[in-house]
Amino acid sequence: MVVEISVGEKPSFAVIDAIVHKHNVQPGSVIPVLQEIQDAYGYVPPVTIQRIAENMGIPASEIFGIVTFYSQFRLEPIGKNLIKVCHGTACHLSGAERIAHILAQATGAEEGETSQDGMFTVEQVACLGCCSLAPCIMLNGEVHGRLTLEAISKTVSQVKESETLTPAE
Amino acid sequence: MMTLSKKKNGKWVIRVGLASCGIAAGGKKVYDTFRTKLQDNGLDVELKQTGCMGMCYNEVLVDISPPEGGHVFYKHVTPEQVERIVAEHLIGGKPVNEWVIPADALDSLLAKQKRIVLRNCGEIDPESISDYLDVGGYKAIEKALNSMSPQGVIDEITESGLRGRGGAGFPTGVKWGFARKSPGSQKYIVCNADEGDPGAFMDRSVLESDPHSVIEGMLIAGYAIGATEGFIYVRAEYPLAIHRLEIALAQAGERGLIGEGVLGCNFDFNISIRQGAGAFVCGEETALMMSIEGKRGMPRFRPPFPAQSGLWGKPTNINNVETLANIAWIILHGASAFNACGTDKSKGTKVFALAGKVAHGGLIEVPMGITLREIVFDIGGGTSSGLEFKAVQMGGPSGGIIPASLADTPVDYDSVNATGAIMGSGGLIVMDESACMVDIARFFLNFTQDESCGKCTFCRIGTLRMLETLERITSGKGEEGDLELLGELAQGIKRASLCGLGQTAPNPVLTTIRYFRDEYEKHIYEKKCPARKCQALITYEIIADKCPGCGLCAKYCPSDAISGERKKPHTIDPEKCIRCGLCESVCRLGAISVH
Repeated sequence: MVVEISVGEKPSFAVIDAIVHKHNVQPGSVIPVLQEIQDAYGYVPPVTIQRIAENMGIPASEIFGIVTFYSQFRLEPIGKNLIKVCHGTACHLSGAERIAHILAQATGAEEGETSQDGMFTVEQVACLGCCSLAPCIMLNGEVHGRLTLEAISKTVSQVKESETLTPAE
Repeated sequence: MMTLSKKKNGKWVIRVGLASCGIAAGGKKVYDTFRTKLQDNGLDVELKQTGCMGMCYNEVLVDISPPEGGHVFYKHVTPEQVERIVAEHLIGGKPVNEWVIPADALDSLLAKQKRIVLRNCGEIDPESISDYLDVGGYKAIEKALNSMSPQGVIDEITESGLRGRGGAGFPTGVKWGFARKSPGSQKYIVCNADEGDPGAFMDRSVLESDPHSVIEGMLIAGYAIGATEGFIYVRAEYPLAIHRLEIALAQAGERGLIGEGVLGCNFDFNISIRQGAGAFVCGEETALMMSIEGKRGMPRFRPPFPAQSGLWGKPTNINNVETLANIAWIILHGASAFNACGTDKSKGTKVFALAGKVAHGGLIEVPMGITLREIVFDIGGGTSSGLEFKAVQMGGPSGGIIPASLADTPVDYDSVNATGAIMGSGGLIVMDESACMVDIARFFLNFTQDESCGKCTFCRIGTLRMLETLERITSGKGEEGDLELLGELAQGIKRASLCGLGQTAPNPVLTTIRYFRDEYEKHIYEKKCPARKCQALITYEIIADKCPGCGLCAKYCPSDAISGERKKPHTIDPEKCIRCGLCESVCRLGAISVH
């Protein structure tokens, strides 16, 4: 079944059960299940962990351990727009830290935070693999490269204007 | 960068590079504009998307092949330029030379390259299986199934001298042999596409540009060791690679190339994709398998090796993307064609992601044995900044820094190891004089410390102690004895860590101390950062003569440290300045100086 939920919606057990049942025939499907739940809600709502545990017959503590081990998973909701700032070697050499500074100014969110208006979540990532276009960021799944500080301010204000919704990661 | 393509019905062919780099540079709009303009003009031209053409510094790239063959490459193409290209080149027959990459520039870029892994990259449409079939795709698995025994395949790969391209360089044929000999009816093939090294994008480019070649490599590996199931473990940060792999797997399934009875033979093989969830350590094979099994990705002790007891305790063979992309070529062309290229102990080619402060960054493939100098200067065109070439970083956080003085080191596993760096998976970052080596060491340690899974004490706590020491040095609080402390910690971490992450984590620090000890000493004893990078050791000032008082820097300054009247030179208050450097980045007149 295709799960269609908008980000920000309250988690529903029916949805979680459907996702789990789609996967539970395979061994080792906890991670894909969690990824699908995060795709649906933009994060892994903590209340879902117990439910997944019961459905899959795995201790909740183990699932919590998985969620906190992998940096992809979030236990808190994200803003409408997700920005990942690349801190790879090439981006570091081209001033990734300055990019983060400017983004914090423009969005109101430091790395690892969501802005107060809920518009932006800014995350730090190790490398987006677009090193020839350093410095780069990923905005809602799309890579923007060869950034200048002005280009970032412009991109952020464009997003603010258009009020786009986040396609979940 | 490519072999001459087969002409299709004598048509013009337009290729737009749409791997992640091309898309990030605006390639999709260029592609769409071409489509519209071709329709408007009623032109019967084959327009196709391709993957990475390798010249990332020229993105957006468009490759136009006239009906009589050959290639004309346009660089930095914008949607606005498309109309003129269509009118003058496609209709008028004359390339718009001012936007074309000159032939001699292409020659110097390509002369020292040899493309085996990247043979189809930039040439075929990665989302079209018929494109792959047109260039001889899936002929190698056909050959293996019809005319070679599984042991024969392993012998051919062993004979070719192919070594694992993930970094460690273990002979691929030998590895396959172990997995084949392991008893058990259920065996697995895993493709390691968890390319986690910051500064590396080879695997992403191959998967985005030629996914079928990797699938075919897995099929051949599966046939050779007797496996029926494969997993591709790919980073979630690579959505386009995942998308194109999904398309490729579906297409291969429809054609009977994967599934039950591959090509009508008595060989079953299925492949599924598993997305990594953002843990660098999962690039290590035992951690990767834990992650596929749905657990925290923590490495375990070897032996038993995966070939004996891997996924769910079954014999498992794990190869890197680039290794697998070599396989079909070797089976089709023979081991001797492959090992004709390279050095005594390192055969074939190596793909590098050439990036950093280099003029011609991109994806390159070179014969083993080429020197770093040839890569940086002949292919890379020297530094992008015009500043002096200082060093290259190879092998990411597990690798090390090789200084300019060793630029004549040949690129093969053993020579690179001798410098203290490692071949690694292929990240090759060029650094110019503006790079601070202590800062680079701190940067990598920060990464490995963060990514340590926490299982081994030396890795978990030792890397933190090293990081703290480096942070003290870069913030001007370095002390006598710090270098010895770093050396001692490094030895302990290398010896007492279970997996490659910990065993290699100190390499960036050790190589920078080895080759740039004077830079460390300047930080520690003189409290100076010669490259003017370390924030605590520098001050920013405005050069009054150059400052027209435009106020741009003041607008961007996050700490309100810059003040001045409009149209008069501004000043920076050192007390308020947090040394973020934004003013330097935004000033178009170079009026900000760093001391």
